[in-house]
This record gives sequence, C-alpha cells and structure tokens, in this order.
Amino acid sequence: MTDQVVDIRALKPDLSPERISRRYAAERRFRLYGLVAIAVAIFMLALLMVVIVSKGYSAFVQTHILVEVTFDREVIDPDDTNDPEVISQANFRGIARGAIRKMFPEVTSRRDRRQLYRIFSSEIDFQLMRMARDDPSVIGTTRQVWLKAGADIDMLTKGFIDRDVPESNRRVNDKSLGWYDRLDEQQLVSRRFNTTFFTAADSREPEQAGILGALVGSFLTLAVTLVLVFPVGVSAAVYLEEFAPKNKWTDIIEVNINNLAAVPSIVFGLLGLAVFLNFFELPRSAPLVGGIVLALMTLPTIIIASRSAIMAVPPSIREAALGVGASHMQTVAHHVLPLALPGMLTGTIIGMARALGETAPLLMIGMVAFIVDIPGSITDASTVLPVQVFLWADAPERAFVERTSAATLVLLVFLVAMNLAAILLRKKFERRW
Amino acid sequence: MENMAMALDSPVNDEPAVTEETKVSARDVGVFYGEANALRDVNIDFKVNQVTSLIGPSGCGKSTFIRCLNRMNDTIDSCRVVGSIIMDGRDIYSRDVDPVELRARVGMVFQKPNPFPKSIYDNIAYGPRIHGMASRGGELDAIVEGSLRSAGLWEEVKDRLAEPGTGLSGGQQQRLCIARAIAVSPEVILMDEPCSALDPIATAKIEELIDELRQNYTIVIVTHSMQQAARVSQRTAFFHLGNLVEQGDTEHIFTNPDDDRTKAYITGRIG
Repeated sequence: MTDQVVDIRALKPDLSPERISRRYAAERRFRLYGLVAIAVAIFMLALLMVVIVSKGYSAFVQTHILVEVTFDREVIDPDDTNDPEVISQANFRGIARGAIRKMFPEVTSRRDRRQLYRIFSSEIDFQLMRMARDDPSVIGTTRQVWLKAGADIDMLTKGFIDRDVPESNRRVNDKSLGWYDRLDEQQLVSRRFNTTFFTAADSREPEQAGILGALVGSFLTLAVTLVLVFPVGVSAAVYLEEFAPKNKWTDIIEVNINNLAAVPSIVFGLLGLAVFLNFFELPRSAPLVGGIVLALMTLPTIIIASRSAIMAVPPSIREAALGVGASHMQTVAHHVLPLALPGMLTGTIIGMARALGETAPLLMIGMVAFIVDIPGSITDASTVLPVQVFLWADAPERAFVERTSAATLVLLVFLVAMNLAAILLRKKFERRW
Repeated sequence: MENMAMALDSPVNDEPAVTEETKVSARDVGVFYGEANALRDVNIDFKVNQVTSLIGPSGCGKSTFIRCLNRMNDTIDSCRVVGSIIMDGRDIYSRDVDPVELRARVGMVFQKPNPFPKSIYDNIAYGPRIHGMASRGGELDAIVEGSLRSAGLWEEVKDRLAEPGTGLSGGQQQRLCIARAIAVSPEVILMDEPCSALDPIATAKIEELIDELRQNYTIVIVTHSMQQAARVSQRTAFFHLGNLVEQGDTEHIFTNPDDDRTKAYITGRIG
C-alpha cells in the first residue's frame, strides 16, 4: 500500500477529554434531532385531531324543541285498527303544525306561519309517524315530544350564527330569533344526541343527513376488495417467491409490480370506468365495481408485503423441512406460509386501510353520486366514507361543516381500528424461533 | 457432569463389528456454482455402521460435498453437480430418483440447531406424518418416544412434549434435530458441523450419541474440530481447496498421513 513504515505502537489512541466529550456531544445532538422530529410529528397529529374534533364534535348533538303534541285518533286512525299501514298514511304534518301553532297562537298570517314551521326540521312528520306506528298506545293522548329543530336553528344554538350581522345577511331573521328566544327562555330548547347521524344516509337537509349509508358502502366495498385481493395477492407472492424460476420474465414482472404500486390511484379509476362500466357494463356507483378497482389498486402493495414476509422466513426452517423429506409444496404450506402469515396479514390490512381512505378512483366510477338510501347489496348504488366527506365538504350549508369533520372522525376511528387489528393479528400469529 | 464423564470414558474409537459393506459411493463428483468450480473429482465410499468425518479448512468444499449426498444443493439455482453418487446401486442424481424420497432416506442435521417453531412433539412427528408412517395415533406416539430416546432426549423432555422446541437449550435443540432426522428412519445421516454452535458438555453428549447411532446408520459428519473427528469417526477424509486430498482410517490419517497437506493441516500449519 504505502511505502511508509508506521510503528503502530507509537500511535496512541486519542483519549483526551475534549475528544471524548465531543463524541458524547455528537450522540446527544443526534438524540435531540430524533426527539425534535418526533415532537414535530406528534404536534402535527395533535393539531389535526384538535381541529377535527373541535369542528366535528358538535355534529354529534342536535337541537331539539319540546312540543306538546296531541295524537288525535280521529286524524291518525279513526277506525282504531292500530294497523301500521293505516298509521303511516295519516296526516302527521297537520298534527305537527297544529302543535306548533298552539305554542304560538299569536302567529296568524300564512307567511309567518310558514316561517314558524321552518324552525323545525321537515322530518318531524316522520318523527311523529314513527312514534305512533311503533307504539300505537300514544294515539289519542297528548305527549311532550322533543321535536328536531331545523338546521338553521341548530346552527344558532351551537353559536355558528352571529346575531350582530344585519338581518338581510343572516340565515335566521329577527322574527325567528324572537320565537327561538322565547322557546329558550321557557327552557324548551335542548341539545340531544344526534342519532340520525348514525342511522341515516345522505340528505339535502343537514339535520337529516347521516353517515350510515357511506359506512355500509365502505364496508361492502372493502369486503369485495378483501375477497379479491387476499387470495390473489398471497398466491402471486407465494408463486413469485417460491416457485417461479429466476429469469428475465420474473424480473420484468417484479419491476411491473413495483411500478403498479406507484401508479396514481385515479388511473385505476379510469381503468374501472373504461373496462368494468363501459365494456362489462357492470352497475354504476356500485360497491362491486368500487371493490374491484380498489382491489387492483392494493394488489401490488399486498404482493410486495407478502413477498417480503415470505423472504423473511429463515432459510434454516426451509432446510429443516426439506431435510426430513418434505416436498417443496409441503415446505411452503406447512412452514413458510404459517411463519409469513403475520406479515402478510399486516400488509393486507395496511393495504385495506389505504383502500378505505381512497377517493379518487371511486369518483371515476360514479360513487360520488348523491345517494339517500342505505345500500343493501354490492350492486346497489352507494358511496363511501371519504367520498361522503368530499361531498359534504362541497355542500354550501353551514351545518355540513361540522358534519364533514364528524365524518372524518368516523373515518379516522375506522382507520385506527384497522391498524390496531393489524397489530393484534401480528402479535397473535407471531412465532419466535 | 456425569454425562460428560461418561461420554469421555466411553470407548469411542473402539472398533465394533465393522461390515465393509458400502452404502454410498461417490465417483468423480464435481460441483459448480455458476462458473466457479467448488469441488473436483471426489471419489469416496461411505460404509455401513461407520462414521466418516470430512475435515479441511474453511471453503474447502466439505459442506458442499455433504449437501450433494441428499441433493440439498438442488435448492440452489446456480448449483450444478457432475459425476455420480451411487446409493444401494442407484445413482441418486439419475432422472428417476425423486429428491424428496431420497431425503427421507438420507437424513440431515444442520450446523445451527433449527427446530420448527412448533411443539417438541410436532417437531418429531412432522416427518412421520408427511410420509404416512403412522396409521394410528399410538404409533405416532411410539415413533416420537423412540426417536427422542435414540437421541438421548426423552428423559429431559418427556413431561413437556407440548412446549415449543425452540425453548430448549442449544444442545437439546440439536439433539431434537437429530431425533427429528431419526424419526423418518433414514439409512444415512448427514451432519454438517453439528457441534459448532454448542458448548463442550453439549458437544460431548452429541458425540456420544453419534457413536450410538452408528450401530444402525451410516453417518457422515463434517467437522472443523480434528479432535472431534478423531473421537467419533472410523474413517476420515481431508478436503483442501475443492479437492479430496486424502482418505483412510481415522487413526492412519491422524498418525501417519501420506500427503504433506494433510500433515500440515492436522499439525495446525494450514487451515
């Protein structure tokens, strides 16, 4: 190497206190960088959660007004049949309006009365009808009922409407404000848990809009995705990792799988539109098509995760199995797969979590539609959670702002639950050697 | 300690009834990894009821050679074996020999103990199960007990057969692997440095076990320890740089080797 002869014994290691303290300082600095990075990450996450929760929590309660309602047998069920068919045909709108008029006898003009009715949600007819249908004993009695308030009044009680704004620019005019204040003084206004949010599908009226339709849509879509992606992904990974010859073709396949994992998701949506909707003429807006598209999108991720899980199985276990005369197939099925399963499941669930949060490809296949029914099967028109968030974020009504955040919260809860499931599954199946 | 004393006292090189019947013979065996020639022109016979040890410095090809004997090298894509290895009159590399069947007849114990991450019972029972050796549950229990007894492990583990095999100590794990190999009743047992990861006490137990197993099997062992080769084997073959340099009775190799390289190795000058 060099001609220079060095006497190593003459070169003492530099153990001076300055040098050593410099080394410790470098270590402390490195730890500090790490701490700062984690602190920033936690701060961002906390900020996100604070913003979403503070904007969204009010959507979980809804303003209700206590009204004395007379369930007049003559109007509802004159023949005393208690038949749900008859009851559901009755004029509950009249009953509700009569009850409201009784609270404000001084309001007489048609215009004022129409305005008065708008304090309440247009859904109160159904609310009363359901009460009478589910429990016919209320018919013929007078009851105190908490009726749902309209979205504007709801916003007013939650403090989102500024009373100082000139009347012409305000959603609630002075007259309505007066009526509301009177109700409030009589302690007839209350905020109660918003069950509608968890039991209804989308609606034009914010107080009638719920998340259940999107939730069921997401569930059906992910079910289709999982059924398609897990067997295909695992089989592909096992074949490529264990059985495929290592040659040019498998290299090309590998490169393409890695490329597909990086393709923007909207491209898969275009593919779904062109192939599944236009060519195969599958139903539009259906979880079936959404599931297929998301399966195509997550497949590369799951193949890659499964392959690395298989690769992580120590070769000594393979050798042990081959050594006692197990065939290649038996080695894979009895030893490699069980050991790789936790990794595969984790990869699959993380892929599914990504699919749960995916919006763009679903826009292309029509899952962005306004759908007021809760889907009953994978061919019904439906939407999914992130698309619902997108739709509500786009809606002009003030009351949809809090619902957007609340829907985001529901989505986040599901994502956390899925990731938790991934961790628990991994813990359960993990075997150490 | 008692066991170790026993192992050291046992007359390891005491010549038993040696039948000079050849079990496996290698003829002109060579191994290539891609273009690299890892092993050349190996000719050697392995005899029934004898322990043959393969010694030599690292990288000399002895592990490569032992893995040819049960076609374990088949799993390496770039590996190519030439020449012929005859076992009971048939070339194990001929087309009609199934490597899976071969590996049931030629058991193997690896350098690092590699029990399956399953119970002790399942570790032993796995081989018999996949080969359909036990038709009733009781037979399987008998195979497990017999194999563990042969491997000298039964007394230590009989009360915890359901516990994972990976929870045993290193020496016990290696004996478990030997029991697993025995369980499929092989004719030949290959051991690739079986004691290199073990302490002297565990090593002594394995060596004692090897000598007992010799009564029933043909054993080939790769070892780095010349003392071990001298203790356990009747015949020794010395490999160097991919060549089989010298083979013969262990006593002869260690006391009066013919080749200078062998002499240099056993006296510690190379390797």
